Amino acid sequence: MLDIINYDAFLFLITIFAKILVLVIPLLIIVAFLTYAERKVIAAVQLRKGPNVVGPFGLLQPLADGLKLFSKESIFPTVANKFIFILAPMVAFGLSIAAWAVIPVADGWVISNINVGILYLFAISSLSVYGIIMAGWASNSKYAFMGALRSAAQMVSYEVSIGLVIVTVLVCVGSLNLGKIVYAQQNTWFIFPLFPMFIVFFISALAETNRAPFDLPEDESSLVGGYFTEYSSMLFAMFFLGEYAAMIMMSGMTTILFLGGWLAPFDIALLNKVPGIIWFAGKTSLILFLFLWVRATFPRFRYDQLMRIGWKVFLPLSLLWVVLTSGFLIVFDLLPGNV
Amino acid sequence: MESLYIEYLPIAIFIAFAFGLAILFALSSWLIGKQLPDSEKLSPYECGFEPFEDARIQFDVRFYLVAILFIIFDLEVAFLFPWAVSLSNIGILGFISMMIFLFLLTIGFVYEWKKGALEWD
Repeated sequence: MLDIINYDAFLFLITIFAKILVLVIPLLIIVAFLTYAERKVIAAVQLRKGPNVVGPFGLLQPLADGLKLFSKESIFPTVANKFIFILAPMVAFGLSIAAWAVIPVADGWVISNINVGILYLFAISSLSVYGIIMAGWASNSKYAFMGALRSAAQMVSYEVSIGLVIVTVLVCVGSLNLGKIVYAQQNTWFIFPLFPMFIVFFISALAETNRAPFDLPEDESSLVGGYFTEYSSMLFAMFFLGEYAAMIMMSGMTTILFLGGWLAPFDIALLNKVPGIIWFAGKTSLILFLFLWVRATFPRFRYDQLMRIGWKVFLPLSLLWVVLTSGFLIVFDLLPGNV
Repeated sequence: MESLYIEYLPIAIFIAFAFGLAILFALSSWLIGKQLPDSEKLSPYECGFEPFEDARIQFDVRFYLVAILFIIFDLEVAFLFPWAVSLSNIGILGFISMMIFLFLLTIGFVYEWKKGALEWD
């Protein structure tokens, strides 16, 4: 009897490990090629060629960059708090990978389909502020410190509106489970009834991942490199990987909340035959392309403008939308009953 | 209990795996890369002169204000989550009580706005 239980538990653990590897390895490869895609997209916008020397079409460029960073010297400044200094990039990288544990990339293709999936994502993205604050404080350098301060204030400001947008979607779904959120969009994707919230969410996601035009924390003309000024080698690369993994995670979250996740755009047999992962990847890539396009197009915001939009426009707007949506659903008795 | 274990154990393993990967990356790069530290390389970054003063300088009180405002509104969001999920069960009464709560919060928000707590100039 005992042997059987142990065997089952063993099998369970092996399955989990296999699932994790199947998710994380492609994720890291995608992160690497996202850096390539970013350079190619920006190059195309600026009528340049972008990387084209290493490998065919420069496709091996991310590999070369990775190897270079990997083999560089690790510099630990003498005035830095060593332990926190080393811990910070690990927190940033680890958290942005850890968020993927609950994201369903296709029907049932998820490490763990927990009931509070969206809450988990929200918690992880709140925690990612810590990696940045720790980096800025531990570096003991003015640029890193100012960059971390700006970044933290910016991230917490936009997190409030992200939270309220999520609440708006939840009112329409009646569940915190990410799979149920996707299934609630079988008839209409939430981007159509909640279009203003989609815009607020997308712009807040830009600010939350410190992307252009809200990349003030790494504003090179005033802060050198922002919170990772003092980092080198793989510790620097981990911030970089973490930022890109967070970008993909935010795009995935947008896909799940507004674009119907792995569902086909129309409920036609032919389109339903296409595996869900393809739809999910396609929609996520579309949002990621928007991220890159925005970076190539818009100049950087001023910090006061950034904070004004966050607190004076997005917060009242999303709060108003929560009230309007829930009021509308209550008045017309359209609330989802399956709680 | 059993289902809780099946649902959350993979997440715990996943988080451990993610941080293990982070440690592996940092450690292997430190072992492979050639380490040649010198005092200039290890000093904090500064452009063209010796860094002076401590880096832990005084900073604008607005950053504290933002943090405090964030706590208030994030708590509100945390409060809205269960409300949004159970709205169909609690009905019109639940809706109205939340609207009263949000109204009180909005008064506070308007006060902050008028006081200039949201100004960055």
